[in-house]
Amino acid sequence: MNIFRNVWKDKLAFLSMSVVAAIVIVGLFAPVFAPHDPNEANMELRFASASWEYWLGNDHLGRCILSRIIYGIRPSVLWVFVALAASAAIGAAVGFLAGYFRGRTDAVLMRICDVMLSFPGYVMSLAVVGILGAGLDNILIAFVLMKWAWFARVIRTSVMQYAEADYVRFSRAIGTGHIAIMAKHVVPVSLPDIAVASSSAFGSMILQISGFSFLGLGIQAPHAEWGMMLNEAREVMFSRPGLMLAPGLAIVIVVSAVNFLSDALQTALDPKLMKSGKKRQEQAAAASARLEGREVA
Amino acid sequence: MGGYIVRRSLLSIPLLLVISFLTFALSHLSPLDPAEAVLQAQGVPRITEELIAATKAELGMDRPFLVRYADWLVSSLKLDFGSSYVTGKPVWSLLGPAFANTLKLTLISVVAIIVMSIALGVLCALREGKWTDKSVRGVSFLLTAMPSYWLAALLIWYFSVKLDWLPTSGMDSYLSYVLPVIVLTINYAGIYFRVVRSSMLSQLNEDYVLYGRACGLPERNITMRLLRNSMQVAVSVFGMAIPILLGSTVVVENVFAWPGLGTLTVNAILGRDFPIIQAYVLILAAAFVLFNTVSDVINAALNPKLRKEL
Amino acid sequence: MAANVLEVSHLHIWDSHTGRTIVPDSSFQVKEGGCLAIVGESGSGKSVTCRAVMRLNKNGVRHSGDVLFKGVNLGELPEKEMRKWRGKRLCMIMQNGMRAFDPSRVIGAQCRETLAQHYDWSRSDIEAAVIGAMERVMLKEPASIMNKHPHQLSGGMLQRVMIALAIALEPDLIIADEPTTALDAISQYEVVEQLLRLREDLGCSMIFVSHDLGVVRKVADEVMVMKDGEIVEKGTSEAIFSEARHPYTRYLVGSKQALSRHFNRIMGGEAVAHR
Repeated sequence: MNIFRNVWKDKLAFLSMSVVAAIVIVGLFAPVFAPHDPNEANMELRFASASWEYWLGNDHLGRCILSRIIYGIRPSVLWVFVALAASAAIGAAVGFLAGYFRGRTDAVLMRICDVMLSFPGYVMSLAVVGILGAGLDNILIAFVLMKWAWFARVIRTSVMQYAEADYVRFSRAIGTGHIAIMAKHVVPVSLPDIAVASSSAFGSMILQISGFSFLGLGIQAPHAEWGMMLNEAREVMFSRPGLMLAPGLAIVIVVSAVNFLSDALQTALDPKLMKSGKKRQEQAAAASARLEGREVA
Repeated sequence: MGGYIVRRSLLSIPLLLVISFLTFALSHLSPLDPAEAVLQAQGVPRITEELIAATKAELGMDRPFLVRYADWLVSSLKLDFGSSYVTGKPVWSLLGPAFANTLKLTLISVVAIIVMSIALGVLCALREGKWTDKSVRGVSFLLTAMPSYWLAALLIWYFSVKLDWLPTSGMDSYLSYVLPVIVLTINYAGIYFRVVRSSMLSQLNEDYVLYGRACGLPERNITMRLLRNSMQVAVSVFGMAIPILLGSTVVVENVFAWPGLGTLTVNAILGRDFPIIQAYVLILAAAFVLFNTVSDVINAALNPKLRKEL
Repeated sequence: MAANVLEVSHLHIWDSHTGRTIVPDSSFQVKEGGCLAIVGESGSGKSVTCRAVMRLNKNGVRHSGDVLFKGVNLGELPEKEMRKWRGKRLCMIMQNGMRAFDPSRVIGAQCRETLAQHYDWSRSDIEAAVIGAMERVMLKEPASIMNKHPHQLSGGMLQRVMIALAIALEPDLIIADEPTTALDAISQYEVVEQLLRLREDLGCSMIFVSHDLGVVRKVADEVMVMKDGEIVEKGTSEAIFSEARHPYTRYLVGSKQALSRHFNRIMGGEAVAHR
């Protein structure tokens, strides 16, 4: 929980965390927050600009853009998160097994991961969507399939370090079952690494999924989704460029916040990686030098 | 060094075989029977059981799986990927030119990306913590949080519509390369330059920098040493840039109506045109493996210690 | 009395990021042709002091005070000038030979690069000089060593390459920063021999940083003991080893002697121990 304390201290990180939290809440309770029905079309209001009733104006079918953005949080952010969690969970399971048991299990699992990782991510998602057909669920499945191998590799590396610890060996020596050991000793320690890996993947997943929707491969009309809204806006780009602003900015804000949070998590976890943290670096070095205190021959 | 190249290349062959097998098997995972997919793609209104069976026999789909796989694999090596379900034309006649178009865009972009990444990475590493470093990092942070198609649309709107300097879409002249390349460069260099930067930063504390300076070497030489040693990580990343870009230009191609692989594949997906999708996956996965091998070889060339592995 | 090749007065080194003082106030001299040993535990400020003399500390570490090298205040030289003096007039030999050289290039290329920086000779002359220097430090087959990468050579050999470079550069002052610490006993012996010969042949002065008192005793004329950034005691070699005044110095010398006495006792009996 030290991590959260460190993130708390950094003002910008705190801001990003609040932004992400706010977006999640608004998305979860979309019906409460959205002023209008996102699918309600009012042809008389086509392309209306911002007004007191419709804060962000109306799109090409007269629907309230603000409501669409709010409802769009669900597929663009929340469902992506679900896919991320699923992918991370599968990857974690594989990673734990491989990193903890090593030997043959590790070799076999890693071969499988290598093959999966040999397919460029985007290509694989396109292939899966191509086979299963367009639609939100298929895209999410595609993404889970794409990322799990990456998670598995990252988590395996982390687990391998912790599984060699003395307290793990001791637990084994006194006969504790493998699952108990993993649950009690290995999982809690590798959670931070999993968190960092997941958060760094979250931003790019949001971008990619909205990209797929933009291409028409994702969620189908008339549902609201940011990528798809941009696709619709693109049709009228030359006559009404303003339509592109809202969904685009929404994506930029969320992804920036998520990326920033991920960076903050990473540096909070490992001060050695701080980009401009020379201070901490030198302090740490000096401290360790003092501790070493070589014996004078 | 030659021995390493041979060994490394041999390693990729089993991987390629597995990939080809999975790719072929992929289309059979569809809930849709391939024969039915053909009929659907052709727009046949009423698909009956007899029609499906007839189509199967006609297209040789009733043979055992492995036979079909072997057949497909062998003909793929001859660049014969079968015929498109939708148009009936040979897949390669559609893929070939599209691939060439995407390749042109990719190669030019990769060059721009590498140049920008190294330039920005070195600049920021040498000025770490100062205003230059912070502003470049801040701006790139925002730029990479933007969806590429949004950035592309904004640039099109500004440079093509408002200023009328550049064409809005298509692949007609040299000028049409400008905007797509800029979008791709911003997207990828924004990420890659950080790799170069952190690699150099980690090298800055190394003893050889101190010793070099102690011997009186000018900063120029020191920077060259730093670059050479930081390149290892960067090369692995850049090496994979080409195949990654080949697969990821999909969205940019769509915005710029670029007649490339991305556009072709998206249409194939929407039309359930399996042979094209299959060929696309195979070619790109193979390219991925190939480039992985090449970048490992380059790394071994730069870092002699790696040659002993394998 | 010989002139001082290096005079350091009121050297104050601090970390500008944290504000922490590393070395509060140091003053010492190195006589022409003499060898000053700087002794102390890790973190006592020995290496930082040497780097400050050569103005090679990292950006955050600043220093003030006068560093007079042959009468010239190094602190007032513009960086371009200082760069010319580094290597040619003040040379450094580092602790870890494996890391001191660029791992991606062969030794020969790096030595040539360094010499080319300071001399206007042709490539063959530079090569001849490097090979000659390597022969003088007893490196066998210098030509093949020139074509090897750092990781293909041992720590001791790389140390000797650094000494060879120093021979070729002919500096007035050599700063050897713990040159023997990373080596095994036999290589240590060889390197120390080479350093002694270096001094004899070139007549240069030396600053020898170490925490190994045994080596220091062999090599140094004068000894300076540092603890926590401060100079705790200064004096000639004999004075320090027989009549140290500061309790810390006595502790250092004492522990070393206790160790050797014990060792000698085990090896050859009481008589040897008290020799």
